[in-house]
Amino acid sequence: MTDHHIILRVVAKVLIPFIALYGFYVQFHGEYSPGGGFQAGVILAVSLILYSLIFGIAPTMRAVTPGFARAVAAIGFLLYACVGIAALIGGGNFLDYDALVDEPVGGHLGQHLGIILIEIGVLMAVAGSMTAIFYAFAGRVSEIRDEDW
Amino acid sequence: MILALTDILPALLVTHAPALLVVAPMVLAPLVAMLPSGRLAWGFAVLGTGFSLIMALVLLGQVQSVEDGAVISYAMGGWAPPAGIEFRIDTLNALVLLLVTGMGFLASIFGWPTIKAEIASAKTSMFFAAYLVCFTGLCGVAATGDAFNLFVFLEISSIATYVLVALGAGRDRRALPAASNYLLMGTIGASFFVVGVGFLFAATGTLNMAELSLRLEDVEDNKAVLAGYAFIFVGLGLKAAMFPLHQWLPNAYAYSPSFVTMFLAATATKVAIYALIRFLFSVFGLEFSFEGASLILILMPMGLAAMIACSFQAVFQTDIRRMLAYSSVAQVGYILLGVSLGTAAGVSAGLVHLVNHGVIKGALFMAVAGAVLVYQGTSLNDFRGLGRSAPWTMTAFGISGLSLIGVPLTAGFQSKFALVQALLEQGWWWAAIVVVFSSVLAVIYMGRVLEAVFFQAPLNPNKRQKEAPLIILLPLWGLVLVNLWIGLNGRFLFGLTDGAAASLFGGGF
Repeated sequence: MTDHHIILRVVAKVLIPFIALYGFYVQFHGEYSPGGGFQAGVILAVSLILYSLIFGIAPTMRAVTPGFARAVAAIGFLLYACVGIAALIGGGNFLDYDALVDEPVGGHLGQHLGIILIEIGVLMAVAGSMTAIFYAFAGRVSEIRDEDW
Repeated sequence: MILALTDILPALLVTHAPALLVVAPMVLAPLVAMLPSGRLAWGFAVLGTGFSLIMALVLLGQVQSVEDGAVISYAMGGWAPPAGIEFRIDTLNALVLLLVTGMGFLASIFGWPTIKAEIASAKTSMFFAAYLVCFTGLCGVAATGDAFNLFVFLEISSIATYVLVALGAGRDRRALPAASNYLLMGTIGASFFVVGVGFLFAATGTLNMAELSLRLEDVEDNKAVLAGYAFIFVGLGLKAAMFPLHQWLPNAYAYSPSFVTMFLAATATKVAIYALIRFLFSVFGLEFSFEGASLILILMPMGLAAMIACSFQAVFQTDIRRMLAYSSVAQVGYILLGVSLGTAAGVSAGLVHLVNHGVIKGALFMAVAGAVLVYQGTSLNDFRGLGRSAPWTMTAFGISGLSLIGVPLTAGFQSKFALVQALLEQGWWWAAIVVVFSSVLAVIYMGRVLEAVFFQAPLNPNKRQKEAPLIILLPLWGLVLVNLWIGLNGRFLFGLTDGAAASLFGGGF
């Protein structure tokens, strides 16, 4: 690692935890204020992408493997769909959050639970796929070596 | 038979059939993506598409249970339309869903040997995941009753399609530019569509298609609505490969993996045409002043031009898959010509051809995939004498080829006959002549292939007789039998399309 990027590296090290934390802030405030899983997922992925821009793609891929990123995306997607199916089994229509919990009329627990679970699914799907897309581009090995041109 | 199916299945599956049809492949897609084994992924794909097929049959049974065709409305998340997203199934939706799920199911069964040969084994499970996502999107487009939701599903299927086409790069590097071309054109089409929907939303304040059709009656002269109409028309036209917006199609079909070509040819453009018909006749409605003119001044000439120009282009192709791809654009022309009549008979004929062409092209590409798997090479030369070395595969190819031309006793004849009848009813005898002329061109381009396949000596006479694997032959012959069944007795299909056309003209929704 070269030394002349020391400012970048120090600043990034300080910033990255806050970026990730801000992602979760956007996530959990999404229920009542602007935000939500989509934006939060992008912010979370950005923290990872920033790390790999400054410290290199190889250490990032060691910390968060491409397979793990893909699995997170798939599980997030699955979580979303499973909430819908749980509502179906609970007697409502697909994604009918009210059917998630058995509660008296006027209760909103089901709605809260449903939207939080869905948003977590979206967060995982977006963060995972953003990372996977970045890996696919940045980690690409050229098929023809430079000397062969 | 279909009603008996509704009785056997648990009530939960029957009442939620519209959602489950789309959800089942959607849930399986991420599961399949995480599987290590391609063979297991294939099994899940067959299961998922098969389940959707059963759901489509259930929906068809429910729709047909009433004399004039019932309309099933399913409120997503329990939010009643027009505020919530609605899945709305009438005869037309059920027909398109049956085509998509049926072709998807047969494609998944047949796909394994060709995918194993053409896709790197590390990518196989991801490939099936992309396929299931594409299938989900196509089913969603055909099921939804919400204009914006339709855009979302259209993009879900399209983005997965770009990936599927690009994976042909393992066999032929030209798949990559083909996929990126398709991506550009497809994205332009989708953007046009969503801009159009935006205009409609601005003018009416709703996205639900049934509600849109009601509210559009009051704002017919609004310039935003006219602009929205034009945007939607062009956007969906691009997706449907309407001449001259079809430039992405021949390369995408020629260089993608055999399995993908077969699936796309049988379903993707068909679903876009369905969306176009839905917007033209249900959402805007035939009274919409702008529309009558656009049907006759734009859709009809485009349909005729596609039938002639692309059939000519097909005649001069040396690659069989490219030839079939150009022929596909020509067949889209037939369908659009029927639709452009603006009569129930015309739309019904267009829909019959939509289904028939799916069955015909599906079988043709399936047979080509089988031949390519065993003998390699897709050029006309490579196909010489295959009728002798692979008689079962090539007989199926021949019957479907004759059906494409429109030989009596096959499905192709039924749809062309219905189309010509509908044209003569309106006094468009010159268009009927063009249909016949284009069929003559089909005789030429299919004839070249059939002559090479059945009457020329094999390229390598020492090559011993070898058929495509049984797992390809079974779905292939299934399609051929469906083709002949429609050709001999079209009553079932005509009943459905007449019902669909009647529901389109009987006040839209």
